[in-house]
Amino acid sequence: MGKTIIEKIIANHSEESVNAGDITIVDVDATMATDTTAPLAIKSFEEMGGEQVQNSDNTVLVIDHASPPPNEQVANLQARMRSFSREQNTHLYDIGEGIGHQIMIDHKHVRPGQIVFGADSHTVTHGALGAFATGVGSTDLAGIWLTGQTWVKVPETIKIEFEGKLQPGVTSKDIILYLVGKLGISGATYQSIEYSGSATNEMSLASRMTLANMSIEMGAKAGFVDTEGLVLKEPFEHIQPDEDAKYSEIHKVNVSELQPQISIPHSPDQVVNASYVENTPIQQGFIGSCTNGRLEDLQAAAKVLDGKKIHPNTRLLIAPASKQVLHDALEDGTFAILTKAGATFLTSGCGPCVGTHMGIPADEENIISSSNRNFMGRMGNSKSNVYLGSPSVVARSVLHGML
Amino acid sequence: MKYEGNTHVYAIDNIDTDRIIPGKYTKTLDTSIFANHVLEDLDPEFAQNVQTGDILVADNNFGCGSSREQAPIAIKSAGISIIIARSFARIFFRNAVNVGMPVIEVPRHNIEPEDKIEADLSQGKVHNITKGEVYEGTKMPVVMLSIFNAGGLISYLKKHKTYAPS
Ligand code: SF4
Repeated sequence: MGKTIIEKIIANHSEESVNAGDITIVDVDATMATDTTAPLAIKSFEEMGGEQVQNSDNTVLVIDHASPPPNEQVANLQARMRSFSREQNTHLYDIGEGIGHQIMIDHKHVRPGQIVFGADSHTVTHGALGAFATGVGSTDLAGIWLTGQTWVKVPETIKIEFEGKLQPGVTSKDIILYLVGKLGISGATYQSIEYSGSATNEMSLASRMTLANMSIEMGAKAGFVDTEGLVLKEPFEHIQPDEDAKYSEIHKVNVSELQPQISIPHSPDQVVNASYVENTPIQQGFIGSCTNGRLEDLQAAAKVLDGKKIHPNTRLLIAPASKQVLHDALEDGTFAILTKAGATFLTSGCGPCVGTHMGIPADEENIISSSNRNFMGRMGNSKSNVYLGSPSVVARSVLHGML
Repeated sequence: MKYEGNTHVYAIDNIDTDRIIPGKYTKTLDTSIFANHVLEDLDPEFAQNVQTGDILVADNNFGCGSSREQAPIAIKSAGISIIIARSFARIFFRNAVNVGMPVIEVPRHNIEPEDKIEADLSQGKVHNITKGEVYEGTKMPVVMLSIFNAGGLISYLKKHKTYAPS
């Protein structure tokens, strides 16, 4: 029987030749935990009686969620991560280095065809490289540190084919928002997604990451972008599904006519054409996150804001996905265009995405964000409204003071 | 394992982890903080009303969103004895089992607020004592059941040191 991508990758890491529905034990190539999840993982690891982390060279800790720390409690948890990392010889990326998912790819802790578990749901982002990467909780991660393995249930796969050519100003963010709206927040629960088609073949790695990233917003365990057309510095093996692979669903989407999309409060799958909500007043814009905080995203915003000023009733916060993105934006002039337009740059990292610090909205305020979730209270205030869109949509909205 | 108690019913789909425990409260290892704020954006009175042994009932895709293990820990430290949902989000379900928070997936049921419920995890059944009905739950995979029966993943791995005990 033909195999899907995830069936192939899991079989390569297991002693069995598995198919969807099977439960098996896999060897894990790399792990990642953040300052939200690593402290609890460290505690669980110690309670399991753990002494030495397996594969410490591929164990990555990142301080990105509340970075730099907003209070002493968080500061002390982060200090614990540093001492654990020294004791165990793991990698630690400290404040300002960037978001874990970006760092894993930039620093080559993940390669196509590998299995990566991260104690963060957006670990699915690595599917942009054709890796099986998924989120687990802290204790599951501690179990991988202890044993180098974990158990998985092989999911069924949904195949999505994006055909056509995007209109100018329409991006992979609009494609994935559209799909999340179509399949719904639980549309891919317990399943994996394979994205392919002429539209994905032309995408940059950054745009592919945006696609894979929001797979979890449909509940998926993993999202693979077809590696056709993907260019990496080192050669790699392209894992393709077999022609007779079995899919639970197949959807074909023509993206040529797609308009910019916006997800309205309070769920990522409440998606409409941007024109449907235009004139909604906006007080704050945010560009950043593991979905859209890369150089091409900042450049897209700069294209809209070049030589202009944001509306006086709005604020624009930008948190680059990594220090590298910040350097690149400084070098090519993007940074200057955006700050002159009125943007405030924050530390590279998650920034205000998860509502712990730096940019919590006031009651009744409307926020347009390039991130991935707009659940009630997501940005730290349950009385505010978060809209999601591409970086160009964010830039246009803060320019006019409305969506 | 049987759990009997009064129910808190939230007949809505997609109760996400941000609503179970907002991100701003997760930066601690002190579980009493989670218990004080559990479900506060969904029902600000829940944390005060909940009694040890109560049962939480929800609809589909309970616990979607982030991978934060603090979500099942928050519900557990608030005293809830078992969560019954029509379906669960994948990471939440796995986390709940790992931290020893009992969960059972029951796709079809007529549980209403005030109903008295008895859930039997080993049989995979839920009895509605008030209505005199029995609902079938989905069976947990064997590996999860052994982790759960060990009291959670920490005690399981402390004992076996491997996922494949011979
Ligand atoms: S940027 Fe937002 S969604 Fe991404 S890892 Fe950070 S908090 Fe999570």
